[in-house]
Amino acid sequence: MQLDQIDRQIINSLQEGFPVTEQPYAEVAERLSLSESELIARLERLLADRVLTRFGPMFQAEKLGGAFTLVAMSVRDDDFERVADIVNSFPEVAHNYEREHHFNMWFVVATDNPKRINDVLTEIELDSGYSCYNMPKQDEYFVKLKLVV
Amino acid sequence: MDMKTFSKQLQSINQHLAQLDAIDDALIRAIENGLPLCSRPYAEIARQLGIDEQQVLARLAGLQQQGVIKRMGVIVRHRELGYRANAMLVWDVPDERVSELGRCLSQYDFITLCYRRPRVLPDWPYNLFCMIHGKSREDVLQRIDWLIEQCHLESLPHHVLFSRRRFKQRGAVYRADNMRHTQKRQEKHCAT
Repeated sequence: MQLDQIDRQIINSLQEGFPVTEQPYAEVAERLSLSESELIARLERLLADRVLTRFGPMFQAEKLGGAFTLVAMSVRDDDFERVADIVNSFPEVAHNYEREHHFNMWFVVATDNPKRINDVLTEIELDSGYSCYNMPKQDEYFVKLKLVV
Repeated sequence: MDMKTFSKQLQSINQHLAQLDAIDDALIRAIENGLPLCSRPYAEIARQLGIDEQQVLARLAGLQQQGVIKRMGVIVRHRELGYRANAMLVWDVPDERVSELGRCLSQYDFITLCYRRPRVLPDWPYNLFCMIHGKSREDVLQRIDWLIEQCHLESLPHHVLFSRRRFKQRGAVYRADNMRHTQKRQEKHCAT
């Protein structure tokens, strides 16, 4: 989809935050010289067109008792589709990428309970017949979380 | 599976757990799929939860202060915004230099994640992981050359894992009973 200058301004501005006040859209709209209803309509469209995945809070999952890990697998090329179907069928698998490497499958497992991570990985190993290489985060370096468009 | 790493991770999670009550919990559930798109979104959430708007505002401010909410705002899809190439960029860094290099890499806006993770020897020697985005493969490689120069990474082994396919992308979910709603699109659920 085509983004115009106003869409870009909205995206750039709202990557920096959104007010927690009574009329937050009116506040942001004023800053961008838009009307409140135009801002809301454009956000609706950007979400419907899936330029934005979501509009709302970003959580620090660990504070909520949730757990994440990154998992790598090295899957035979002729077996890749079967294994991808198995891995993707787990609701705890948040996203999964095929990458160019000997380790060619990389996915994130997110659970509401840290103990559940090991269970999920064991189930995936049993169902797929491949080993899971578990690479949990040990430290995080904070990024800007802003992509200028 | 490395149980030692896992139990360390578990320990650090328990230390960082926020103290949330039932209302915070309900509030998190109400907003985790997105904010209502109407003039007074927090009043709308308050109505759904049967509390008042000021209480919602105060609790959200509290959740931000505790770091439970990192920030409010939009989450973009890189691919749809012309950033068609993304790669996982991994480095084999001496343990004592990981923090320094992690901080250097994370200051550039085309780096969207930067984590230290365990090596899995002998198969996987890399311990610093970044996600890097660019308009094309060449663009990503140029940006990596720039990073190597800026952060003085010339002597460190690295590897670039371009993505071939994305199978699944959803926001992470923090409450098990929300799992089945994860693909649900944000809707304009406002009474007024």
